[in-house]
Amino acid sequence: MSVRYALLALLSEGPKYGHQLRQEFEARTGEVWPLNVGQVYTTLQRLERGGLVESDGDEEGPQKGFRITEDGEAALAAWLHTPPDLSSPPRDELVIKILIAVQVRDVDVHEVLQTHRRYLVQLMQEWTRLKEHAGDRDLGFALAVDAELFRLDAVVRWLDAADGRIKRARLDRLEPADGHLPKSPRKALVRP
Amino acid sequence: MSVLELNGVSKVYGDGPAEVRALHEVSLTVDEGELVAVMGPSGSGKSTLLTIAGTLEAPSAGEVVIAGAAVTGMSRNDRARLRRRSIGYVFQNFNLLAGLTAAENVALPLELDGVPAKVAREAGVQALEELGLRERSGSFPDELSGGERQRVAIARAVVGDRRLLLADEPSGALDSANGEAVMRLIRTACRRGVAGVVVTHDAQLASWADRVVFLRDGRVVDQTAPAAGPESLIAPGR
Repeated sequence: MSVRYALLALLSEGPKYGHQLRQEFEARTGEVWPLNVGQVYTTLQRLERGGLVESDGDEEGPQKGFRITEDGEAALAAWLHTPPDLSSPPRDELVIKILIAVQVRDVDVHEVLQTHRRYLVQLMQEWTRLKEHAGDRDLGFALAVDAELFRLDAVVRWLDAADGRIKRARLDRLEPADGHLPKSPRKALVRP
Repeated sequence: MSVLELNGVSKVYGDGPAEVRALHEVSLTVDEGELVAVMGPSGSGKSTLLTIAGTLEAPSAGEVVIAGAAVTGMSRNDRARLRRRSIGYVFQNFNLLAGLTAAENVALPLELDGVPAKVAREAGVQALEELGLRERSGSFPDELSGGERQRVAIARAVVGDRRLLLADEPSGALDSANGEAVMRLIRTACRRGVAGVVVTHDAQLASWADRVVFLRDGRVVDQTAPAAGPESLIAPGR
């Protein structure tokens, strides 16, 4: 989906040839976004049919030149300013795993949490090492790596919070008073 | 070669019913040039581990070895000398002395160790230069930005011939760009052969380390595997 907008963005700098678009696309996003060559050309054809780009000839191939139309500029601007749909929680396997782990007898939930925490921190170490080696040369790459680090960091923080919450819930349960736990998770959070 | 060795270190505060076990038989070795991050929730013993590693506090049991010398049994004076010469600290709120310039702050550990003021000052300016702060060496802490103050604190921690760098939540209240800059500087110090220990609850900071050790209720419960090469994430098919 975003390939078309990445191509429109490249064309917003000025007219370009097909092969040039492919090279620039790879140079700017290639490391984090591998793509097959054909996808660039088929996407360009589709953009042309939709009136978002114009070409300078009928002959298909890498030498065909493209430029963005006014409709294309407008489509690009509209897309950039439209937030992607993040309104409903994604079905997250890790969350489900932990919800199940707290119900299974003889499972040490803290150990389950730690296994995932270690894995995530190791991934973050690898991304950070990439960022360290890349230095400040490649802005696009640094931005993409940051996005991945913040995403993984959020998961680690959720694990930390879950760890604390589960510990407190267990302590509460040991006190016989009126510490009854809710029977089922809130329906609102469960997607069909 | 290992610069820091903790062998079966325990720390107990108080006694009887008020007894708190802050650390329980913790063993940790940090080699020359290695950066280790210690992660754990508050109350897990992270800061106690760091103060014991820095000889600011004695363990209740176990052994601390720094640069080959056993700290237990050392006289107070010898311990103080070890601290001044071999160990650098970076604190959450930097702890710079307001009445001293950046260069004077950095030179202070050397001067306390008896290095002549002029030589110490030159070493201070040199350390600041390596962190890109030479032109600020005459500035006082309140004339510096948060990021600059932290760089001064790191310069002070690595000035002279320090072997061990200990940092407690070193990015403090800095934003993520400055936090990253701090970790890059600590990495640079480690590449020159300093052994580093960073205590943090922040996974992004910890991920700069060669190895991440997880502490829970005063025990080391886990650690990350040795680093894979930087290519592993962008291998084909991912």
